[in-house]
Amino acid sequence: MISIRGLTKSFRGAPVLRGIDLDIEDGEKVVVIGPSGTGKSTLLRSLNFLDVPDAGQITVGDLTVDAARASKSDILALRRRTGFVFQNYALFANKTAKENIMEALVTVQKRPRAEAEERALSVLRETGLAEKADSYPAALSGGQQQRVGIGRAMALGAEVLLFDEPTSALDPEWVGEVLDLMRRVAEKSQTMIIVTHEMQFAREIADRVVFMDGGKIVEAGPPSQIFDAPRDDRLRRFLKRVGREQGAG
Amino acid sequence: MRALDFDYMLGLVPVILSYVPITLAMAGASMVLALALASLLAVERVIRVPVLDNLVVLFISFFRGTPLLVQLFLFYFGLPQLLPALANINGVTAAVMGLTLHFAAYMAESIRAAIAGVDRSQWEAAQSIGMTQAQMMRRIILPQAARIAAPTLVNYFIDMIKGTSLAFTLGVTEMMGAAQKEAAGSFLYFEAFLVVAVIYWIMVEALSQVQGRLETRLNKAFAR
Repeated sequence: MISIRGLTKSFRGAPVLRGIDLDIEDGEKVVVIGPSGTGKSTLLRSLNFLDVPDAGQITVGDLTVDAARASKSDILALRRRTGFVFQNYALFANKTAKENIMEALVTVQKRPRAEAEERALSVLRETGLAEKADSYPAALSGGQQQRVGIGRAMALGAEVLLFDEPTSALDPEWVGEVLDLMRRVAEKSQTMIIVTHEMQFAREIADRVVFMDGGKIVEAGPPSQIFDAPRDDRLRRFLKRVGREQGAG
Repeated sequence: MRALDFDYMLGLVPVILSYVPITLAMAGASMVLALALASLLAVERVIRVPVLDNLVVLFISFFRGTPLLVQLFLFYFGLPQLLPALANINGVTAAVMGLTLHFAAYMAESIRAAIAGVDRSQWEAAQSIGMTQAQMMRRIILPQAARIAAPTLVNYFIDMIKGTSLAFTLGVTEMMGAAQKEAAGSFLYFEAFLVVAVIYWIMVEALSQVQGRLETRLNKAFAR
């Protein structure tokens, strides 16, 4: 169970999040959509303090962190319960695919090397990259890097995985394989929060779609409501615009 | 103009070569210590601990801003007058101290710049998996900064090898000191100093070869 209360964040005086409240059930898939610059990524990054929120509360499982009073150990504890998948993959450039996945297990979770290696190899098999275990990120395609990135987050055993536009930086030819992997992750009743512009994918994977505009949640509901019977004007305009761009109906 | 005394020079080569170990030992010890100190100083410059940061800035400013020879004299001749405990400081120790502090100041700046050159995504990825700041530095940032800093650090090491020649002013008989003594006995100054110059040159050239291989190794992860 994840609970977000009154989350706010400004960058140099310009408010980006204007009070976000959101509850997410275990195993729920929440997709966040909305115009760019509307705080979707900031919301996700605030959830593991890559961006430090100004105020509000974040609860993940039995841990509640008050943004205004978060200590270093609060922040570490929160990060250790969340896995993050970056738009630009952000694999450790000095480590192989396998080592990228092992790193958190060995360094942060203090598991024995052999066990971590076994886990990393099994995650690589799941992501279809077993034969790339010893390749460095520079030698992998964008799609392969992002699959390792997802594998790195999966291996943590985190309570929730946060996906920040995971396919936006990819060449179109690699988008399919990354979305496929995310579908497989979703099947394992993993809690996921996904920021994406892939509307078809959102409709298919989401239990709930959250539409953000101007730093607020404007409308939220099941995909059928959001895509087929949107209530808010801004959401309707947004869907129309995206529909035209993506060439879908 | 008189002819060079080649026989004398050939005879001098093994004499000077026998002092290569002490020269390399001083340079090697100073390099290891300077690298360790410089890494700490550089990390401090990046994370900026209040008060300590001012001290580090002052340290770097002083040791970059004054000549190595002056620093060596301060350690060898000056400090023992202030601190009687150091009265028996020997020339090698003073030289290693001076070289370490002097070059750590330079290296700290180039390591700091290299740390700043590591892509922001690497910091965020390390944070996102819950690494502490120390883990992030040691496992992710410094190894990548090393690759960026390697060429300049090897340059400093070359400078350091040549810098050990100043230790002869502290009474240490290393390569330069040995050449000086030989020359004073034979009056063949040109020959003696030419031999020592060529030996330094060969050592530095050999190191340049190592540099190439080191850079290839550090670049391994980044090759397509």
